[in-house]
This record gives sequence, structure tokens and C-alpha cells, in this order.
Amino acid sequence: MPTADQPTDSGGRPVLVVRTGTANLASVLVGLTRAGAAPTLSHDPAAIANAAHVVLPGVGALGAAMEQLGATGLDRALRERLAKGRPTLTICLGLQLLFAGSEESPGVPALGVIAGSATRFDPATGVRVPHLGWNMVEPADGARLLTPGYAYFAHSYKLSVAPRGWLPAYTTHGGRFVSALERGGVLACQFHPELSGAWGLGLMRRWLEAPC
Amino acid sequence: MLTARIIPCLDVDAGHVVKGVKFQDLRRAGDPAERAAEYERQGADELVILDVSATHEGRGHQVDTTRKVRAVLSIPLTVGGGVRLPADAGRLLEAGADKVAINSAAVADPSVISGISKRYGAQCAVVAIDARRLRDGTWGVVVRGGRDVTDRRVVEWAREAVDRGAGELLLTSWDQDGTRAGYDLDLLRAVSAAVPVPVIASGGADGPHHMIDALRAGADAVLAASIFHDGDWTVARIKDALAEAGVEVRPV
Repeated sequence: MPTADQPTDSGGRPVLVVRTGTANLASVLVGLTRAGAAPTLSHDPAAIANAAHVVLPGVGALGAAMEQLGATGLDRALRERLAKGRPTLTICLGLQLLFAGSEESPGVPALGVIAGSATRFDPATGVRVPHLGWNMVEPADGARLLTPGYAYFAHSYKLSVAPRGWLPAYTTHGGRFVSALERGGVLACQFHPELSGAWGLGLMRRWLEAPC
Repeated sequence: MLTARIIPCLDVDAGHVVKGVKFQDLRRAGDPAERAAEYERQGADELVILDVSATHEGRGHQVDTTRKVRAVLSIPLTVGGGVRLPADAGRLLEAGADKVAINSAAVADPSVISGISKRYGAQCAVVAIDARRLRDGTWGVVVRGGRDVTDRRVVEWAREAVDRGAGELLLTSWDQDGTRAGYDLDLLRAVSAAVPVPVIASGGADGPHHMIDALRAGADAVLAASIFHDGDWTVARIKDALAEAGVEVRPV
């Protein structure tokens, strides 16, 4: 498993994984390798803006993550590649980082690639918070990468309405929320594909192999 | 809708899977990575590894075991045993854990919960509570494998743990653990009603009927060890029985 900015020699497709300070990076790296990638950790803005495939993992609080991305110039690099629709997989908090902001960190602007803001699940609706465990992902018609299946979730904030121009998948937890979005080579997952068994590996493989 | 999670637990001592009755009398029962891969094949929804030697004799193998298990696993992995500081959690997350379970150290110094939760997120901060029934009908928090009964009461401690940032509770009945007489359902009812976060039932499972009872009592997930290690049940057969009883599970 790669632990530094060194490529692996597995013969897989090269993928840059954004080194965030707070993610479950080992699981992401192992998952990508099993899906046929040769993942490398990086926090080099130029490399991340231009790499063929980039993964933005995310575990932790939005405010802390944005602060870190901003301090290293990675926020601009990510906006640049997302605006161009370059193949990018964002996971969990990685999806919420694409929004304008979140109730979790009021006043902190996120990447703003997607209109809308994340709100907290309401325990008053009779559901557990965090939303933690396996739940059904149901893509809208016309999905290129997403298929119906069970995925592993671990989050307290969610997007309720799908933005225009993106193909959504939905999941129900006290009400319907957006569990994934795809557009071109960009796949944003609220769930953890790297922890979602064979279904998650299949999804990562399709993202890796999709023609750009 | 969230499905009920079935969670095999590997009690690990010096890198080997063991199991015990009332946390004592440990016997070796295999290699952690082999067991982990087998349970994923059977349809396990996640896996918990508890280093049972941690509070007694040290835990030199924990990071290595975590790395080896992660390498074969595509489902969530929780690691616990001897986590004292946010840095301990960091080492385990770096090695391949997705969540860490904090037990005795949190009882001794509850600020370790917020330390881990703030740094790594509530979703990875699991507080493990070992509960022992008291004469007055409540439950006391026990530590050090049940040898020490603390002044804390379980329901109050569960609330405090969540207030401090726990994203999930792993609730073990000391009285039921290893007895195969069923989970402590009163304990599950009391704790799951007191907190908004998911509760994992642990201690006492002998088969799917006990798991159905625990889920109906408010548990979101059920953990078991010996019934899987002994080969009495596979996760797949448990899930079939749960589905037949109308419990929603992730199909194998």
C-alpha cells in the first residue's frame, strides 16, 4: 500500500488521492487498488488539477476540511478540474465539500461547485443520527455509473434536493435525500464506496474505466 | 431504509483471535484476516476487532492486525482495545480502521471522546460501554474486563458520551456476555431510548431469535462472536432467519 507520494507498481490505472488530514485513507487506498487503480496520495495543487483521475475522500468536519484545502491551494485546483468535468470521485464529506456550504459549519464557504447547502438529519423524524449503516441507493433513470444497490453510509448532514444538471441517486432516512450525483466524469457519493462491499468496488471500477 | 447490521466481533490477543466467557478463559480461534475475509463472504455488514489483551498486557500487534485485516476487507472495520488518546485513534485509522472504539480511557477521562470526535468526526468515535446489572435495577459501567465497577450509571454515561461526540455506542452486557442466554433487552430499551445515535447490542447471542429480540428492543445492529467462530451459525443463515421474521437486512 502506498504511504507516501510514490506510485504503486500494481499496473493499475493511476489515481491521485487528495491527502486530507482527517480521512480513512487506508480504506480508500485499499478499495481503489482492489477496483483496479494504482492510487497515490498527493497534496500538490498542480498535480491534482491535471491528473486523469482524482479521488477526494472525506471524513471529519467541513470547516476543518475547507480550512486545510484553502491553506494548501487545493480548493482552487479542485474547482478547476470539477469545472472541466475531469474524472473525480468524491466520498462522504467529499460530496458535501462540493456544495456552497453546510449547517455543520455556518459561514464557511465550501467549494461551491453545486448550488445548495447540507442540512442535518432531524431525530424528530424518528431516525437515528448519524445515518450510519447500509441503505438502498436508487439512481434516477439514465445513470451511467450508478446502479441500484446497498451502500454503507456514515454522516449526519445531507443534501435534500438534487441540483440541476446532475444525475442523482436517492436514499431514504426519515425522508428522501441525495445519496450520489454524477455528471460526466464526476461521481460524488454521500456513501463510502470503499466500504460498500462488491457493489462499491463495482462502482469504483466503472468510474475508473468510463470513457472521458 | 437502514438495514439491521450483523457484526461479527473478533476478540484478539497478541494477534490471534480468541474468545472468552465473561472476558476470562481465553482460547485461540484463528487468524484475524482469515476470519475477517470469511465473514465478509458470508455477508457481514461490518467487523469489530477488540484487542482484549490491551488493558492487561500491552497491545503491540494491534496496528499490524488492523493493516492485515483491512487488506482483505471491503466493509467497515471498527478497532478497539487500549485506545487512550486521539493519537492512538489516528494510528488505527491510518492502519485501516474506519472507526475506533473507546472504553476504559473514556470512563477515566471523557474528554478523549470529544478529542477523537473533533479531530476525526463523530462517525468514527464509537464509545464501548460494558454494563453490569445492579441490585436496584439500573446498570453500572464496568471497566478492566468487568473487574472494576465504577460509580457511573450506564444510561447517564451513554447520554454524556453522545453529548461529548460519540457517533455510535457499542453496548455490552457483562451479565449476558458468553452465556448464550440472549442480549439484555431491558438494557437495550433503556439506552436506545435515551440517545439519538445508533446502538450496537453485544453480549449473549445464541442465534437469530436473540438478534430479532434485540433489534425489536431498539438496537440498530447486533454483534456476536462465539456463535460465528464456533461455526454454529453463518452470517448468511442469520440474515435468512431475520428476513423471514420481517427484519430488513442487506441481502448477501
